[in-house]
Amino acid sequence: MSNLTDLGVAAIRDGVRGGDFSACDVADAFIDAVAAAKPLNAFLVETPDHARAAAKVADEARAAGETLKPLAGVPIGMKDLFCTQGVETTAASGILKGFVPQYESTVSGNLWNAGAGMLGKLNLDQFAMGSSNETSAFGNVISPWRRPGDTAPMAPGGSSGGSSAAIAARLCPAATGTDTGGSIRQPAAFVGITGIKPTYGRCSRYGVVAFASSLDQAGPMARDVRDCAIMLEAMAGFDPKDSTSLDLPVPAWEAGLNADLRGKRVGIPKEYRVDGMPAEIEALWQQGIDWLKDAGAEIVEVSLPHTKYALPAYYIIAPAEASTNLARYDGVRFGQRVLPEGAGLQDMYAATRAAGFGDEVKRRIMIGTYVLSAGFYDAYYTQAQKVRTLIARDFEAAFEQCDVLLTPTAPSAAFALGEKSADPIAMYLNDVFTVPSSLAGLPAMSVPGGVDKDGLPLGLQIIGKPLDEQGVLNAGLAIEQRAGFVARADKWW
Amino acid sequence: MTESNYRIRGATGDWEVVIGLEVHAQVTSNAKLFSGAATAFGAEPNTQVALVDAAMPGMLPTPNRECIRQAVRTGMAIDAVINKWSRFDRKNYFYADLPQGYQISQLYHPLVGEGVVEIVLDEKDPNSVRKAIGVERIHVEQDAGKLMHDQHPTRSYVDLNRSGVALMEIVSRPDMRSPAEAGAYLSKLRTILRYVGSCDGNMDQGSMRADVNVSVRRPGEELGTRTETKNVNSVRFVMAAIEYEANRQVAVLEDGGRIVQETRLFDPDKGVTRSMRSKEDAHDYRYFPDPDLLPLELDDAFLEECRASLPELPDAKRQRYEGELGLSAYNAAVLTAEVETARWFEALLAECGSDVPAKSAANWLISDLYGALNRLGKNVVDSPVSPAQGAELLKLVADGTLSGTLSKQVFEIMLETGQGANAIVEERGLKQTSDTGAIEAVIAEVMEKNADKVADYRGGKDKLFGFFVGQTMKAMGGKANPGVVNDLLKKALG
Amino acid sequence: MSVEPATVKRVAGLARIAITDAEAEKLAPELGNILGWIEQLGEVDTHGVEPMTAVIPNHLRLRDDVVTDGDVRDRVLANAPQGEHGFFTVPKVIE
Ligand SMILES: [Mg+2]
Ligand SMILES: [Zn+2]
Repeated sequence: MSNLTDLGVAAIRDGVRGGDFSACDVADAFIDAVAAAKPLNAFLVETPDHARAAAKVADEARAAGETLKPLAGVPIGMKDLFCTQGVETTAASGILKGFVPQYESTVSGNLWNAGAGMLGKLNLDQFAMGSSNETSAFGNVISPWRRPGDTAPMAPGGSSGGSSAAIAARLCPAATGTDTGGSIRQPAAFVGITGIKPTYGRCSRYGVVAFASSLDQAGPMARDVRDCAIMLEAMAGFDPKDSTSLDLPVPAWEAGLNADLRGKRVGIPKEYRVDGMPAEIEALWQQGIDWLKDAGAEIVEVSLPHTKYALPAYYIIAPAEASTNLARYDGVRFGQRVLPEGAGLQDMYAATRAAGFGDEVKRRIMIGTYVLSAGFYDAYYTQAQKVRTLIARDFEAAFEQCDVLLTPTAPSAAFALGEKSADPIAMYLNDVFTVPSSLAGLPAMSVPGGVDKDGLPLGLQIIGKPLDEQGVLNAGLAIEQRAGFVARADKWW
Repeated sequence: MTESNYRIRGATGDWEVVIGLEVHAQVTSNAKLFSGAATAFGAEPNTQVALVDAAMPGMLPTPNRECIRQAVRTGMAIDAVINKWSRFDRKNYFYADLPQGYQISQLYHPLVGEGVVEIVLDEKDPNSVRKAIGVERIHVEQDAGKLMHDQHPTRSYVDLNRSGVALMEIVSRPDMRSPAEAGAYLSKLRTILRYVGSCDGNMDQGSMRADVNVSVRRPGEELGTRTETKNVNSVRFVMAAIEYEANRQVAVLEDGGRIVQETRLFDPDKGVTRSMRSKEDAHDYRYFPDPDLLPLELDDAFLEECRASLPELPDAKRQRYEGELGLSAYNAAVLTAEVETARWFEALLAECGSDVPAKSAANWLISDLYGALNRLGKNVVDSPVSPAQGAELLKLVADGTLSGTLSKQVFEIMLETGQGANAIVEERGLKQTSDTGAIEAVIAEVMEKNADKVADYRGGKDKLFGFFVGQTMKAMGGKANPGVVNDLLKKALG
Repeated sequence: MSVEPATVKRVAGLARIAITDAEAEKLAPELGNILGWIEQLGEVDTHGVEPMTAVIPNHLRLRDDVVTDGDVRDRVLANAPQGEHGFFTVPKVIE
């Protein structure tokens, strides 16, 4: 086998099971690729030993004639928002520098139990706050993609930008992501890979560094729909340690994959046709509609009247929750402490947090603190949660007319690093299509649909009913089969 | 509601005191409110801390059913509204004993709504004033950790063992008007909690502590500005803090000053309250629903179980003791004031069956047993004599085997040796006799020896009757039935 | 919407983030812009609408009252920036 790193999850799994190659060879191939890709800055910590150990277990199990676990022999990347026992976890923030969890997140634990190995911890926007991976305390992740004839570093999307860049650059066949307002889907779209955010509550939040509790949801990122289904099956599941976890069995999503959409109705929300949407995005969306028609689906126009308010509601709710979720970073029990000469306790807190948090994190904590503060709570937070109810109702009403919704994933292709970082609102607008479904807790995925005039990937988003990941995956598969997306970044690193 | 006439007499006239209490009561449970760590008192620092209690990144709260159940039962015990839909909110502030940077509490939708606690200023006086003190709400929340300031010259030590232990915050209406009423309320609340079993009431271990809200006003006028004295941990200190604080406020007001709404601390050594260093943002807690937790919804089966598991409560028990058992108001109050006493008494009654009148059992417990326990410095729960042993003794009195005097003697031997009453009576021949022949013979002897006194008695010195009783009993070794002795003496003396 | 640097400082104080006057000056218009932008939510008629409580219909589960955790002091203290004798330590607090 020459290029084991070109294989996806299913291919590696099947190859190891069939004895086409050893899990150790796969692990080594990816370990080498990771080591050779420093310029991308996708990994914060490399854990070759973890990957090798899991591979060894897989190879020995096969040699012993045992039934292999679902992800035996598959090395993956772990977004550094998941706490991993004994492996430094920072959420890409200076305030957690040196923090070594004494516990394992449920999702990462589920993956190890399924036989997967870890190649390392993936860079991200600090505390998952950002859409371009420019807020990491440990440097930007550089997308493997470039504009033609231009070496300007491009954004891999965010916040799961380390995950998206690593998969697109073939440093790992799959990775975990987390999605609060689009942090799996938007980076997947930016680099031409696939990512799914399941229904809120499918994946446990236990051990995942919290950003906004009522929105945070883990999900897989991989090269195709099948690989996402395999990964999600391993990651999901009821966890009594998370009070918002859904006590439901995990469906056999991979086995249920079916791209035949006859009898299915696909809704096209008219409010997603926003002003100033690039023609290429419009065209891709139309192309997606045609592909789904071709797969047998009926297309219906639907209305989600409160769409326009989703983003401002999100930028109240998420910062409000974040402002208190991040109160625990105070330099007392873990992480960095800054103690100026003669400082008291409260001064220590203020100095620690001023030094440890990046600008975007501070900005969001400040907004969140402001909207919850005396006299503003009802006008901002309560109103936002009411609007959220209306947004969820919009989706409910729409789903009376259709089974899934099809929209673009992001309003543009990837941009160059630095292009939008001066204007927070312009940056927030990246998530305009992903945030509404996050607010409603719905499953949603991005699949690559094509490329723009610069050859940069564009994604299509499918949003499903609560718990209908299968419907989302199936529509995604129908697009994937028709899009025939094979573009990949030329290796420059 | 009865008016209290407690007044502070100022230079410019009388002042009325208005008091409300926020009582924090630790819920009796094995594990913490949102983690599986233990709650036992007095463990080594930070050994009863789960990663959740230390607010490690990504840790999440999972609520303990028993803590909810105990708060619901407590609410039911004070006739309160139980809210089938409630939820947890975060109260945000920064302090070293608060790892999360917020306390999980309930502001907007507490578990328990309006209830009432009836107090009696003097439990032992049937004519004492009764008063209903309103309870506004009971909510469930996390306790904070503990800071120690005296271990190191420049550092405070943080112990998180208490962090996350379940508390009930029981918020009264500002219905109390005197230190005595506040003391009676706190005592009554403690009694109820201990009956229900939702809190052990150990105030010296911090299981119950009160934030005391005090204001003063001219009788009948608008409420004045209040101060809140935090974490006062005994009934006596609560009363002392109110007394001090009310007088301080009156002095300030009469000097033309203003009361500042603030939090204060009570210094039990000096008996004074003093202002806590106020933080300028102390009151911007930014409460909002905890997004890690869903709303708490209770079903009817849960509530029914809570209600069915409630014991007979102190007021009902006291009434029953007076009505059905015919006990005096005083005895009924004494026996019901502590749940352990009531339990002991009822065990005693059960052992006695129908052989011993309840009144006798009550009298014996209150005078003889309590007397002995006081002497030994023991509590009823570690009484050296069991209810069954007590009943054995009381039966011997009831059937005439033992006189009052003999029974006291036997009881002393029981306390010393741990032997049963029957065995003691057998071994030592302490049976009382009603044998009229034997008694008559002794009486004749006594009269013969004291012929002069017989003459005096017959000459009108009635008081000498007691002398003859004493002499006869003495000669009988205390074993004669006193009733029979009386009758026979009267006959013989004529 | 206009946000005063003094407001920025007050909010930063509440959030326990040390901030210089210069930083407050710079942040004031930035926060003003963001707050102004989110204020469009006020347009939405939410009369009679309940604020969302659970994203996906779900019930709060209650745990059994069993000690299943704790007694892990080494793990609790493993990442402490400062501590001694089994305690975390902080600059001395005067109450
Ligand atoms: Mg209070
Ligand atoms: Zn409280």
